[in-house]
Amino acid sequence: MGLLDQQFNKESIIVTKVDDLLNWARLSSLWQMGFGLACCAIEMMATSASHYDFDRFGVIPRNSPRQSDVIIVSGTVTLKMAIRIKRLYEQMPDPKYVISMGSCSNCGGPYWEHGYHVLKGVDRVIPVDVYVPGCPPRPEALLEGLLKLQEKIRNESLVKKTA
Amino acid sequence: MKNPEEIFNILKEKFGDAIIEFASSQPVDPFITVKPNEIDKICRFLFDNDELLFDSLMNLSGVDDANGKKAAGQNGDNIIEGGTLSVYYHLESTKFKHKLVLKTSAPRENPEVNSVESIWRHADWHEREAYDLFGIIFLNHPDLRRILMPYDWEAGHPLRKDYKNPEFYHGMKVPY
Repeated sequence: MGLLDQQFNKESIIVTKVDDLLNWARLSSLWQMGFGLACCAIEMMATSASHYDFDRFGVIPRNSPRQSDVIIVSGTVTLKMAIRIKRLYEQMPDPKYVISMGSCSNCGGPYWEHGYHVLKGVDRVIPVDVYVPGCPPRPEALLEGLLKLQEKIRNESLVKKTA
Repeated sequence: MKNPEEIFNILKEKFGDAIIEFASSQPVDPFITVKPNEIDKICRFLFDNDELLFDSLMNLSGVDDANGKKAAGQNGDNIIEGGTLSVYYHLESTKFKHKLVLKTSAPRENPEVNSVESIWRHADWHEREAYDLFGIIFLNHPDLRRILMPYDWEAGHPLRKDYKNPEFYHGMKVPY
């Protein structure tokens, strides 16, 4: 922050590109719609709690899709829930991002063969930006996934949406 | 406290033909097989009787016995004809600390079993689960609809041994 403070104090003006400013603003306050579905949700909650502190990246859990920027699908997506996920995703305002957390949400996980009720990957209903592997992933892995998403947003541009 | 054999003798004396057999040579808890259209009366007796007082239904589960004849269906897939579907009731008396397992079997083509919901209120959801996953019809159940699978699931009852999962559900591909 030191450099930024000095800039504000001396001139009150920063020269930057619009893309960089918007991207910086976006990636620094990704409000997440927590979508805890199974055991991954416990790890997601642990990531939000004080020890790993998701909040330091600007990630604040919201309960409404209309206030969210990113949906973290954490857990087993059943066919019954897939319809709801799709609807909630469509209710989120653009720009919106999806993190698929854990094996179940990535590809069906242990239910890939005999899970008659499981959707084999949430990417069959909504577009996924970052896949976090693990069963369930450690909080560090979810943080890594978030950093990857931030990296993706940092390279976005107004004329071309990449993430 | 009574052991299952004593309870079997009490039931046999009271209900006669409705009590089919007592099985104790299994490597599981001994169980009493009864007729599906008498199960509610038998359970009411077990619940009310002062010496038995089975006030708790610990579990109610459906089973596909898969003891029918294997045959080819219309589309060449394997189906099972005949045989039975079963329901197991695990009862406990919290006062006398004795336990009992009841079993009842109904034909696969028309699996109708009387509901025990009016005796133990929580049998409601257990019976809905058995209906959802095995297609066992519980007569006199107040609200017999699916509980786990979506209400509009048309592919049948998933835990039956001859169940076949659909290709698509609401445009979503189901197989891996």
